[in-house]
Amino acid sequence: MAEKAIEAKKKGQKKSSEDYTYVGMVFHRLTRHKLAMVGAFMLIFILLFVFVGPLIWRANPNTQIEGLGGLFNPASRAHPLGTDDYGRDVLARMFFGGRISLFIGFISAISSTLVGALVGLVAGYYGGWSDNILMRFTDAMLSIPTFPLLIALASVLGKGVWQIILVIVVFGWMTDARLVRGLVLSLKEQEYVEAARAIGASANRIMWRHLFPNTLAVLIVSTTIGIGGAIIYEASISFLGFGVQAPFASWGNMLQNAQQFIWNSPRLIIYPGLAIFMTVLGFNFFGDGLRDAIDPKLKL
Amino acid sequence: MATRLVEVQNLKKWFPIKGGVFGATIASVKAVDEVSFFINQGETLSLVGESGSGKTTTGRTMLKLLQPTGGKIIYKGKDITNLTPNQMRPLRRNMQIMFQDPYGSLNPRMPVGDIIQEPLDVHSIGTRKERRQAVATMMETVGLRPEYEKRYPHEFSGGQRQRIGVARALVINPELLVLDEPISALDVSIQSQIINLLQELQQRLDLTYLFIAHDLAVVRHMSDRVAVMYLGKIVETAENDELFDHPLHPYTQALLSAVPVPDPEVKRERIILQGDVPSPVNPPSGCHFRTRCPYAMPICKEQEPLVIEVAPGHTAACHLLTKK
Ligand SMILES: Nc1ncnc2c1ncn2[C@@H]1O[C@H](COP(=O)(O)OP(=O)(O)O)[C@@H](O)[C@H]1O
Ligand code: SF4
Ligand SMILES: [Mg+2]
Repeated sequence: MAEKAIEAKKKGQKKSSEDYTYVGMVFHRLTRHKLAMVGAFMLIFILLFVFVGPLIWRANPNTQIEGLGGLFNPASRAHPLGTDDYGRDVLARMFFGGRISLFIGFISAISSTLVGALVGLVAGYYGGWSDNILMRFTDAMLSIPTFPLLIALASVLGKGVWQIILVIVVFGWMTDARLVRGLVLSLKEQEYVEAARAIGASANRIMWRHLFPNTLAVLIVSTTIGIGGAIIYEASISFLGFGVQAPFASWGNMLQNAQQFIWNSPRLIIYPGLAIFMTVLGFNFFGDGLRDAIDPKLKL
Repeated sequence: MATRLVEVQNLKKWFPIKGGVFGATIASVKAVDEVSFFINQGETLSLVGESGSGKTTTGRTMLKLLQPTGGKIIYKGKDITNLTPNQMRPLRRNMQIMFQDPYGSLNPRMPVGDIIQEPLDVHSIGTRKERRQAVATMMETVGLRPEYEKRYPHEFSGGQRQRIGVARALVINPELLVLDEPISALDVSIQSQIINLLQELQQRLDLTYLFIAHDLAVVRHMSDRVAVMYLGKIVETAENDELFDHPLHPYTQALLSAVPVPDPEVKRERIILQGDVPSPVNPPSGCHFRTRCPYAMPICKEQEPLVIEVAPGHTAACHLLTKK
């Protein structure tokens, strides 16, 4: 088959479906998944908004317009989305708040996936006592009511971007740990793992070189969906007042700040609310599509 | 005299069956039960028997990929039965295994060059450049184009994948290779290519094989000696020709009678095996084979037949041989 593939390439023929690489095949299926493409467009729009927007609209998100006349301005040429309760440009705050929200989403989703993967790998590969202890700990973490503890944790850790990320990771790794453990339990029975043991490979090597790469596809899906979840988490934490602190903006704290003015200036809630909604939906649609493209039978 | 490379004595591998509320062991799968054999340097010992008789488990336990439940494994005069995985690591250079399943035995997320190179990485042999060179040479040796090192296993056919498996096993120059039904998953047209490759490599690299198989024609072609396994026990061992010409154990005779005889002058009584292989959890008392043996006698139920040497190098375990 490999020979055939090379010959086919030489002749400049179209590749047969068997010759697609794995990544190529996933991409191919993804582009045919309508919901995934809707999600992708939503995410591209959001990313352009957040990263290219500030290059076009160069207002400072923290500059306050002096005097009462500068507060709660409706949309105008000077302020396309109006101003907020401090007389700051809402559009500029949407850009920079979005960057913070996305940053928190990415970093905490990736970190909690990695932590979960590590726990799942060790539990699944070693089995026995390690498995028992780690999985009981996971169950315990899952059964802790998050918000009371979160408030306690926030008061200990202080408030800020990295603190939020830490909190999201601490409460977010468990589902990935269970997922990876389940996968590893079946993967470790594969003969290539036996072959690795036969050549004398260490447990570490087997976990990271053989098992982890085979869970990666699933982990990417889980991270994608997890980013949306983390952004909601950030918003909730901010809503309780433990989030990113003023004067820095995040979509979450913009929402929180706006709730007092919900009757006078509903747009202050609508903009960040809509942005969060679109981003989370985008990641979920795209993640669903990715899962279907990677393995339609996968249960996540 | 030929030197013994590896020997197992009364090797046992029982898999516990857990059950009940407290996960206690309620029974055991007696996959390998008091098995003894040896393999001389440079020879091929074939292990034959129906599926489920414990051949794979024997091979894996001999390499200590499974920890034996009992018995001894002696490699080059050294008892390796109770070595820890860390103590085993340096020895793994000398003993390798090639698997039955051309699909399951190669990591689908690793390029084949990396797969073949991994043993060198694990044992830190040579520089990076030397390792790449060794991989390229090995790929050529087994009949793969070195340019394909960047490709992934799914881009190869079953036969090519088995060649990759051979290359991975041989790249660190082992002495002993366990071949666990290396061709039974392949098309008949490909089988002889792989067999020829294995024979050629054995000559060239002075390899010792434990060849696990159930195709007796191939076994006859490949082996120096043959051991016949039934339900966790070795029932007969003999030199290749001796076993095929003078099978003594009724089970061996039954297996052989299913094979077409090349010489029409030789008449063989045809024995058809009745029923299924019993469960290794509760093997029949006395002789394990008695439930399917056409010659079963009362004593076969009461006593386990001892292994006796019928002729030099020819051993079998059957009450018929001690009668009279
Ligand atoms: N890991 C295991 N756990 C429990 N039973 C096993 C395990 N591996 C093999 N067995 C059982 O041991 C017996 C022998 O299996 P195996 O060695 O694979 O036989 P063969 O290779 O001759 O077909 C079978 O009954 C099989 O179900
Ligand atoms: S011992 Fe008895 S049952 Fe077993 S093979 Fe011999 S004759 Fe048959
Ligand atoms: Mg087998």
